[in-house]
Amino acid sequence: MAKIPVTLTHNGTERAAFADPGQNLLEFLRRGLGDLSPKYGCGQGTCGACTVTIDGETHLSCLVLAETAAGRDVRTAAGLAKGATLDPLQDAFMEHFAAQCGYCTPGMLVSARALLDRNPNPSREEVVEAISGNLCRCTGYEPIIQAILSVAGRRASA
Amino acid sequence: MSVGTNGFELRKEIFADERDDNLNEIGKRTRRQDIEGHVTGRSPFYDDHLFDGLLHMRCVRSPHHHARVRRIDTAAAERMPGVVRIVTGRDVPVNLNTLLSLLDFGLDDEPILSEAKVAYKGEPVAAVIAETEAQARAAVQAVRVEWEVLPHVLDVEEALKPGAPSVNPAYPKNAFVYHGKYDHQKLRYGDLDRALAQADHVVEGRYQMSPIEQAPMETCGAIAAQEQNGRYVCYTGTQALFFSLGTASKVLNLPSSRLHFIGGTVGGGFGGKVDSVHEPLAILGTMLTGRPVKFQWDREEEMQVGAPRGAERWYITDGVMADGRIVARRFTGYFDCGAYTRLSSYAIIKGVGHLPGPYTIPNVYADVYCVYTNRTPATAMRGFGITGVDFAIEAHMDKVAETVGMNPVELRILNAYRDGDMKAHRRVAKNCALVECCQVAAEKAGVRLSPDLLAASSKTGGGGARGQLPAHTATDQNGRVEGYSSGSYAQKGGASAPASPAMPTPMPQPAPPPAPAPAASPPVASAPPPQPAPAAQPAKKPARSGAMRFSSLSGFRRR
Repeated sequence: MAKIPVTLTHNGTERAAFADPGQNLLEFLRRGLGDLSPKYGCGQGTCGACTVTIDGETHLSCLVLAETAAGRDVRTAAGLAKGATLDPLQDAFMEHFAAQCGYCTPGMLVSARALLDRNPNPSREEVVEAISGNLCRCTGYEPIIQAILSVAGRRASA
Repeated sequence: MSVGTNGFELRKEIFADERDDNLNEIGKRTRRQDIEGHVTGRSPFYDDHLFDGLLHMRCVRSPHHHARVRRIDTAAAERMPGVVRIVTGRDVPVNLNTLLSLLDFGLDDEPILSEAKVAYKGEPVAAVIAETEAQARAAVQAVRVEWEVLPHVLDVEEALKPGAPSVNPAYPKNAFVYHGKYDHQKLRYGDLDRALAQADHVVEGRYQMSPIEQAPMETCGAIAAQEQNGRYVCYTGTQALFFSLGTASKVLNLPSSRLHFIGGTVGGGFGGKVDSVHEPLAILGTMLTGRPVKFQWDREEEMQVGAPRGAERWYITDGVMADGRIVARRFTGYFDCGAYTRLSSYAIIKGVGHLPGPYTIPNVYADVYCVYTNRTPATAMRGFGITGVDFAIEAHMDKVAETVGMNPVELRILNAYRDGDMKAHRRVAKNCALVECCQVAAEKAGVRLSPDLLAASSKTGGGGARGQLPAHTATDQNGRVEGYSSGSYAQKGGASAPASPAMPTPMPQPAPPPAPAPAASPPVASAPPPQPAPAAQPAKKPARSGAMRFSSLSGFRRR
């Protein structure tokens, strides 16, 4: 079957590659563009390890057809740092021990960044809600919640 | 006493011979060495290695709990688009293995790709290698397997009854054989029957755990590719890199110098990534196709065929005096290891070494069976062998407390082991600290303890008579089996089949019954053990001469 050319904005840069028919955005980003930060955890939209933003909204890239992202603004955890300067969320995750195995971390960071971009001062409940689609098997979530809240400049309210 | 940050409280004075330098990392925030990679998405998990021309492997799996494989027809699948190669058991150089054979522990009992029969739902019988994952999936559907469905057994006690379906040909009676002569792991300490007869109360309980899936975020898998000079590189998510390397070396009949394993970045393991299932098959795929091959479980496989923490069933009988002292404790345990041994036999040794839990009980008796059933093989998970029986013990402690009308915390402090006490596995306990843990837990839970129990300490009251072995230990020979060599814990080469030409080897005559502690004494033959004729196993490496003893205690911290 014919391959499909897909052009999109990836972490601020225009990129193009061929997608296989039926290929999901996760595989397109990983194999097509070489951005390995989104992870495969379930392939069925339940774990959140593949979370990216499309035009500022979080999506599970394993459930998005690659060709439907054409022309859109796709951002991943690999684009969070600006050059050598890490996003404050990345620093906070390091500071708060918010990652152990690290496999859920890129998706978790994308969800957290999307939250803070639309709501710079979320409550603890809003943080919990924002990462409720991202499973973590190591941390028990609390260090992650604390890391996000520390960037939001708020103390835990519950 | 020192209180650190984060609410940690370090009471080193409880530990009689704790090192006296400061444990100055506890309670401090220390940055993980690998965390920058994690937050930038640059940590190199096995699937983050890109190869041009990568092929994808997927397995054809049994839809039955137990079935004979009459025929595998791959013709239609081979003609499917993108299919490069279909692998069956015939392609695997050494198609029978047991994980702990690297420690000379257990019989080779598990095929890599089954040829004759499957013993659990999801057991692989063939592997399709194709250009894309979707093509591999489609071709898996096109492989025709003719099954002869066999009766199955899914319950541990049913499996041990006469006439139960035989799950694993290496252990026809559905129980792992310890020391080459017992169908269970035994613990005998003191005289249980006499103590039970003298007890004021006898408290019985039955406890059942479910299997538990580790469910790592990253599914298990490996990618193999050719390197130079006949070497193969393997990127893997294994938790046990050298274990996986050794297993691949054995299964592929390749010297380990031809294998280059790269790992260490594991997307969550929790014990479930030690089984070395993926590495040998991915490398074999590369050997057969000359191209890089990825063998990765999807989430459904991870949950369905990924080896869980094994289910355990425990029966506990306690003899208790009216004042709450437990004077006798008997265990009968059934560890559901599924269809193949993996690490379950070892888990039981750990578990039996732990009995009767952190309590000083003068008469302890245990028979613990490692049972084969037609369920997914079990493997490691976070304290496996200990956690299951601890659940049973602690639930039982509550039942005992209720029976004698004591607060459960008080019952635990009363029976807690003290420094200097002899444990049933015949080592003296030290640095116990259970009394102190109970006191702190009671305080935090708002449970008022009597002044006596508040004043109790794990550093006092132990030793003396409590530190001595029982004057008399009642032993028995139940569960003795024949037909296995006792040259090692379970010699390679399998149970001696009556049909194979046996070559009796002169061995020492029966010695007095060995001490029940598993690692304390070398197994002794009770009868001349038949050995398979050398010609019977041409492709295998020779069994090690002089068994390397596998100590259940080797993982314990000793000072």
